[in-house]
Amino acid sequence: MAVNLFYFFVFPGLLFVAVTGAFLSWFDRKISARVQFRKGPPLLQPFYDFFKLLLVKETILPKQGSPMMFLMAPVFAVFGAVMAGVFILLPLFNITTGFKGDLLVIFYLLTIPSFSYIMGALASGNPLAAVGGSREMKLILSYEFTFLLVIAGIIMKCGQHFDLYTIIQTQQSGTPFIGSISGVLLFIVGIFCIQAKLAMVPFDMPEAEAEITEGIFIEYSGPAYGLIKLTKYIMLFILPAFLIALLMNGFRLNGINILWAVLKVLLVVLLITLIRNTNPRIKIKQAMSFFVIWMNLLAVFALVLIAFGY
Amino acid sequence: MGFKNFCFKKSLWVFHFGGASCNNCDIEILDCLTPKHDLERFGILLVGSIRHADVLLVNGSINMKDKNRLLEIYNQAPRPILVVAIGACGCTGGLFADSITFAGPVDKIIPVDAYIPGCPPKPEAIIGGIVKLVNKK
Ligand code: SF4
Repeated sequence: MAVNLFYFFVFPGLLFVAVTGAFLSWFDRKISARVQFRKGPPLLQPFYDFFKLLLVKETILPKQGSPMMFLMAPVFAVFGAVMAGVFILLPLFNITTGFKGDLLVIFYLLTIPSFSYIMGALASGNPLAAVGGSREMKLILSYEFTFLLVIAGIIMKCGQHFDLYTIIQTQQSGTPFIGSISGVLLFIVGIFCIQAKLAMVPFDMPEAEAEITEGIFIEYSGPAYGLIKLTKYIMLFILPAFLIALLMNGFRLNGINILWAVLKVLLVVLLITLIRNTNPRIKIKQAMSFFVIWMNLLAVFALVLIAFGY
Repeated sequence: MGFKNFCFKKSLWVFHFGGASCNNCDIEILDCLTPKHDLERFGILLVGSIRHADVLLVNGSINMKDKNRLLEIYNQAPRPILVVAIGACGCTGGLFADSITFAGPVDKIIPVDAYIPGCPPKPEAIIGGIVKLVNKK
């Protein structure tokens, strides 16, 4: 029991993912600033933002709508993100959970933050939040199936194993899955799914700040918005970590390999940031056809290649 | 209190309310966020919703239609909120002070924490004003 609580709150759980995610969020903002020839924020900026929201600002409850749901949604979001983080990071740090089938649990846990955003947005009673919520829902409908196809590809590749620990071990004893044609295709599809899950720029229509003024988060202020920021930091860490576990060999924690692990995370985040900085926001219709037609085709093509052993 | 205040100063999120301005001040405000001046290095961000804002920038003359909107925006802001009046129009009414639709400079409607005069103020002056405001707190 005590060790489970430790897992949840301290080591791969809340504290660790939050701090790492905050640093990655700084990295993301700094790289964006460098891409635009600016200097960018200081290292501790995400912490200042979070503590300001948590300690200084007040939370305003919307007059129309359901305050209970509105306030619970960010808590659910943090909970889902941390649970997913624990399930992803335990196998990554070579701690076996003995849980056969955690891949599907992770898949469901990763959707909890998006669903809680939608619930919070709809509970706020704001029309712009409702627009954002419906866009987020359409986005989920389009990328979830693609993401499932990526996971199915990984399961096929490692020989019908549903647990992350075995997948990582299979790659570490052989070659990483990204070292084959199908692996590269799965990686491309996966990175776009992550981009949409993080709601980063080509797919940020739920919170388009110039168009519907932050959409789903429009009514949040103070500590509740702080929790949403925290969820965003956590997701920015665990989604790249998940992709690394699935395709890029996981982490190895001895000697120089620790450096490689850090570099792998930074590389995936860098890729996401560059995609975000070099693309305009697309319409929700375009995003849906992008995933439902093109990304699904690519993923199915990768599955066929895997079936033939490439 | 020290830690809270420190975090607040380090992460000011700005909401921009443009009254009936001639649009020069708006452009100078946006200029502060461009690569040359880059306010993000002080943690200053432009946000889209008043619920996320710590600073309310008001520029332009406030006419009768803007007055209620400004009040509404101010009442919807989560406390603590700082108000900065930018430009001659925001501070005193400037060019438009004698107009028939003029409804008073910003400080007659809501309490103002800092005034940045100029028509339009230079981006350096805006940055200077914000630095003074942060040090006053
Ligand atoms: S202060 Fe001058 S530049 Fe600014 S809005 Fe008024 S007239 Fe225009």
